[in-house]
Amino acid sequence: MRRRSFVAAAAGLLTAGCSKIAESKLFGGLVDTAERAHRGAHRALGGGGTELAPEYTAADISPFFRGNGSTDVATPEYRAAEAEGFASWQLRVGGLVRRPLVLSLADIRAMPQRTQITRHDCVEGWSAIGQWTGPRLGGMLETAGLQPEARYIVFRCADTLGGAPYYESCDLEDAFHPQTIIAHQLNDAPLPVANGAPLRLRIERQLGYKHAKYLTGIEAVASLEGIGGGGGGYWEDRGYQWYAGI
Amino acid sequence: MSKPPQRHALSTRIWHWANALSFVILFMSGLNISNAHPHLYWGKWGFSPQDAWLSVARFPGWATIPSHYSLAAARDWHVLFAWIFALGLLAYMLAALVNGHFVRDLVARRREWRPGIFAAEIREYLRFNFAHTGGKYGVMQKLAYALVVFILLPLMIFSGMSISPGMGSAWPWLLDLFGGRQSARSIHFLAAWALFAFLLVHVALVLLTGPFGQMRAMILGGQMDRTLDEAA
Repeated sequence: MRRRSFVAAAAGLLTAGCSKIAESKLFGGLVDTAERAHRGAHRALGGGGTELAPEYTAADISPFFRGNGSTDVATPEYRAAEAEGFASWQLRVGGLVRRPLVLSLADIRAMPQRTQITRHDCVEGWSAIGQWTGPRLGGMLETAGLQPEARYIVFRCADTLGGAPYYESCDLEDAFHPQTIIAHQLNDAPLPVANGAPLRLRIERQLGYKHAKYLTGIEAVASLEGIGGGGGGYWEDRGYQWYAGI
Repeated sequence: MSKPPQRHALSTRIWHWANALSFVILFMSGLNISNAHPHLYWGKWGFSPQDAWLSVARFPGWATIPSHYSLAAARDWHVLFAWIFALGLLAYMLAALVNGHFVRDLVARRREWRPGIFAAEIREYLRFNFAHTGGKYGVMQKLAYALVVFILLPLMIFSGMSISPGMGSAWPWLLDLFGGRQSARSIHFLAAWALFAFLLVHVALVLLTGPFGQMRAMILGGQMDRTLDEAA
């Protein structure tokens, strides 16, 4: 009897039951708990959250850096900006900051730079290695001066996918991580369009979809509610984990 | 008359079923994840099917969780049951060390490491005779279980951990041990199929050795003095 009920329960769970379970509040809560536990474990095992993603040598750089997701921004404004080498592209740093900034590419190139050869892991499973150059996001946020209520950093992008604007977000620990940079170069050349020209985020301990491309704005916020679908990012609003270090 | 000792300790039985459930969910959600990029590489990077050492077929809906292609939902199942899989194995290993299960049942004695013993065991298996004299398991069974418990299951867990970029940053030495992230991903895939092959043989042997008694023993504990039905 017990065996029969176990088999029935297992079969139910693994067929039609799966989608019922997946849609339930309880399952959603368990998945969120599991995601937080992974983040906590990664940071605890790494010694408190400042560990660096592996950096590679020039010999490890992959011969090509695959572009994925949006590989272009199909607007006349973007085409015009591309034609002039993004000379008048602006990155706005705002939200819960004391001194909002409007930065040109020249301003960004004039900041202290970090160059790192890192691995990019797509959520689909593939990896590519490239060399990225740009200022640390943490330095920009220090210049702008975060207000005490700021908890998350939101990244605004010029690209859309299926008509919806792309955006991303991270917590302050990742925002101030030494390898989190606003890259304007890939492999010593200006960012190609497919890889997010003229500016993209590098957030090295997380999967590719966190690395927002075609950056137009950086916003400090207290909560992710009311932004996009409230999930903290384009793909997060479509069911992907907000902590993409897994 | 005192109660005879149980064939399977309570900790073993709880882990067995938690592990069976989490393995099936991880395997089937893993097949859905494989469909997102069904190409495997060696080394640190790899993104183009031309560089793949293996491109696998698309796994059909009946074999995946969920039954339609959804990388996001499959990852939800995978990151949740990974905890049950990993912490369950750890708890079982600690319990099996404390209650003597590993030493008593899984360590092959010196007298068992003789070609004659292996040959005799294979002969008996080919005659569908699965009874053992002395000890709970035959030497080949011990080796199969040890391979699963001490090699394949930990390999699944550690290769899975090193695939995650957060863990690859926390423990970069683990990534080096596997020879890079794409190698770790290939090993994760191979170890999953090795475990699936074990599962097929395991279930087949249960069916050949009195499935009712085997299931009852793995659920209720069973009794030590039953000498038949012990191969699976």
